Amino acid sequence: MTALDFQALAPHLTLTGGLMVVLLAVSFWRSHRTAFALTLLSLAAAFIALWPGLGAGPRAVTPLLMLDAYAAFFNGLFILIGAVTALLAHRYLEGRAGSQEEFHVLLLAATLGAMTLASAQHFAALLLGLEILSISLYAMVAYPEEDHPPLEAALKYLVLSGVGSTIMLFGMALIYHATGALGFAELAAFAATGDRADLWLSAGLVLFVIGIAFKLSLVPFHMWTPDVYQGAPAPVTAYLATVSKAAVFAVLLRFAVDAQLLDLSSGAQVSVAMLFAIIAVLSMVIGNVLALLQNSIKRLLAYSSIAHVGYLLIALLVLNALPGQPMAVETALVFLVGYLAMTLAAFAVVSELSSAADGERDQIEEYSGLFWRHPVLASVLTAALLSLAGIPLTAGFIAKFYLFAAGVDGELWGLLWAMVVGSAISIYYYLKIVFAMTVRGADAPAIPASFAGVATAAVLGVVVLAIGIYPTPLIGLASDIAQGLRLTP
Amino acid sequence: MQILGLILLLLGGGALAALSERLHRNAPRWLALGVIAASTLYLLAIPVGTEEQAAWIPRFGISLILAMDGLSFAMVALTLFLGLIAIVSSWSEIDESPGFFQFNLLWTLAGVVGVFTALDLFLFFVFWEVMLVPMYFLIAIWGHEARAYAAMKFFLFTQISGLLMLFAILTLVYLHYDASGVITFAYADLLDAELDPGYAFLLMLGFFVAFVVKLPGVPFHTWLPDAHTQAPTAGSVILAGILLKTGAYGLLRFVVPLFPEAALEFRWPAMFLGAASVIYGGYLAFSQSDFKRLVAYSSISHMGFVLLGVFAWNTVAVQGAVVQMVAHGFSTAALFMMAGALQQRLHTREMGQMGGLWLKAPRMGAVALFFVIASLGMPGLGNFVGEFMVLIGAFQVDVPLTIAAAIGIIVAAVYALSLMQRSFQGEPNAAVETMPDFGFRELSVMILMMVALVWLGIYPETLLNLSAPVVSGLGVHP
Repeated sequence: MTALDFQALAPHLTLTGGLMVVLLAVSFWRSHRTAFALTLLSLAAAFIALWPGLGAGPRAVTPLLMLDAYAAFFNGLFILIGAVTALLAHRYLEGRAGSQEEFHVLLLAATLGAMTLASAQHFAALLLGLEILSISLYAMVAYPEEDHPPLEAALKYLVLSGVGSTIMLFGMALIYHATGALGFAELAAFAATGDRADLWLSAGLVLFVIGIAFKLSLVPFHMWTPDVYQGAPAPVTAYLATVSKAAVFAVLLRFAVDAQLLDLSSGAQVSVAMLFAIIAVLSMVIGNVLALLQNSIKRLLAYSSIAHVGYLLIALLVLNALPGQPMAVETALVFLVGYLAMTLAAFAVVSELSSAADGERDQIEEYSGLFWRHPVLASVLTAALLSLAGIPLTAGFIAKFYLFAAGVDGELWGLLWAMVVGSAISIYYYLKIVFAMTVRGADAPAIPASFAGVATAAVLGVVVLAIGIYPTPLIGLASDIAQGLRLTP
Repeated sequence: MQILGLILLLLGGGALAALSERLHRNAPRWLALGVIAASTLYLLAIPVGTEEQAAWIPRFGISLILAMDGLSFAMVALTLFLGLIAIVSSWSEIDESPGFFQFNLLWTLAGVVGVFTALDLFLFFVFWEVMLVPMYFLIAIWGHEARAYAAMKFFLFTQISGLLMLFAILTLVYLHYDASGVITFAYADLLDAELDPGYAFLLMLGFFVAFVVKLPGVPFHTWLPDAHTQAPTAGSVILAGILLKTGAYGLLRFVVPLFPEAALEFRWPAMFLGAASVIYGGYLAFSQSDFKRLVAYSSISHMGFVLLGVFAWNTVAVQGAVVQMVAHGFSTAALFMMAGALQQRLHTREMGQMGGLWLKAPRMGAVALFFVIASLGMPGLGNFVGEFMVLIGAFQVDVPLTIAAAIGIIVAAVYALSLMQRSFQGEPNAAVETMPDFGFRELSVMILMMVALVWLGIYPETLLNLSAPVVSGLGVHP
């Protein structure tokens, strides 16, 4: 490890340092406000440390981590979402009887795990990041431990996520057995020269894909998602729906680019591309159809996130259809930013209406007349839902437009039709919520929102619209990062 | 950036109107009126033939291209005029959140102005979708008893057909990119795209469905009666007067010029749908007992002529379609305003509970008679000119379909006169004791529309001269 290595690792190290400080502070002096302030400070410091980290250039630190612009892009997103979650959770946890401080420690740890995933270029780092993230999340989901639903959600998540990890680990073992490689680049070297028809390799790849599908909650490995989303405290659901999805996808995309996952399987017994295509279509269709039946906004958004990750897989398949072109990575980055912004905005509103003391407010009828009771939160939720539905001038439209453009470029007609059908179905259930918010004269339970929370939600709403109205800067950034990855035809 | 300025003026005015509600309950109304007046003056200052361009998303060759030719000018002028009518007609009807109401109204108008001026397919699609959302709120918040169903149906129909159009736009751009190496959404460039006939036909269908849903033509018309009947008066005026025209405008500006051969191949089915809309819409209108619903179905019938005219694709027919678009805008807006005025006074739209209203409100009766006569195509008024020209043009292309559509004019006389008889004439309904007649506010806008229709009927050259160079530029057959 040289000085330059440490510089490249600056964001991770800063956040780890912050984590230690918060942990110690919480042990000696219990104050929610202090823990919250220190958490925000650590996240801010880690965010600033991204620039010195980038200054070290794209740099492989140990064979495990690759710190390049791609990693920095995701790290920045995860830090920002971590800060938003902290802001939302602060007010949410306030009225709670038990202690609140440890939540922030867990949040920082989960963010560290997500950052590790975004930089991973080796199976060991992948597993390490995934477990840091997941284990922190189990505790975050169960944080209001005196209530029944969070505990149930956490147990479900623990068991099914554990099964997913095990399957993935077994897949890695089989891939290692077949190739003798654990690093992504070494796998690519094997793809070029080795025996790709090896049965063990195919089995390993399929298991690996299933493990990833569990983590991304893709159909048919999605069953845990709605229950966990509904049972978890709203700020944690926001984090779960954004960071844990984006981090897993970030590492999957890097694996696909660096290890040439789809190429690796081209001579194999099972086509991974075909597997992903089937999973994508199933997720789009089943996710959207089941969302139609929901009365809980959290469950509805859970199904809609299943569908959205299904859309996102189109970007991965474009990588296969257009080898060596940066279009697929660029599309994935733009789509992810749009998805993160609108999902977070939607959950921020749900979170601001709920609190640990009074419980979750997630039934659609509880949103009746929100336009007249709290116009700001209602406007943000409307913007987020219209964006999820893909209406122009919102981030969601740009995201879907990009996928469309990339899909047409890669001539993936079947997947595009599935997306059109899925989007058409989805309009109905998003509008159902928007309509509920316009109803007049509904019973009005008090809204516990705090100023900081409403301001956070409003900023997210503005981001959703800003990306939709002028996406050029985001496109430029995504395009630069995609060009920077080692794409080999 | 003059045209963009016009759109921003409407958007900004809408935002101000929403905020001004805190000052005074009437402030949003006056403000909206002022914004429309200012926009109209602004429009008159924009010379016909203006075209402006600015980069937007260079990655995909998307620019802000806005152009104001004669056709766009006529449609934008109609939009602003009917916007004024909508504001006036909702003056005393909308009591809840007038600020947000005017906001949605002005934003719909801004979207429509964008649709009529955009010459970049991406930008056009953005405006196409953006005008839906405020319109959805107008129906969903201030609509009548079944507004939830109607608003959802309206949104789903337009949105899903819009997705088809988006698919077609992207495929068109991609095919053009494949052939020329240039990625662009500019209308002028895509006009030159050389397409494989099979692809062109499918793409043409994608556009056609989106526009015919909006028009609406049989069999995609079922959203219209619900949306029009349930919308508040101002919403119906905007919907029937302007939003339907965006579909007609799209057929005229995009479908045929972008895919001339495919459109020619599809001429008979399209004209058949047009003629079928004329007759079937009229037939359904006759069987309605709800005043507003009858007017809504009559729109389907009238817009059928536009479909017929556009696909006949010769100068007379296309010019006739343009006249029909404008004339229908006036006559239907007036009839919807009448329906709104009746509902506000009688709290019903059922014609069974009307009858003999002329005796109680003679001014309303006279106004209603005028617009009913206009609607059935009386010579001397705008609608006659439009329908007549369409029929002349279509006759040169397909005689049987033209005869069928001509029969539609007789159907129009039947439903229009029965509307008049059942509501204003006949035995006075005992349950209606008194009914206030039109006041100055309502009468003045009605007279404005009457003048416009008479002008259009006697001297249509004003409009025809405006649209003639555009129509010939679109490549119609002589």
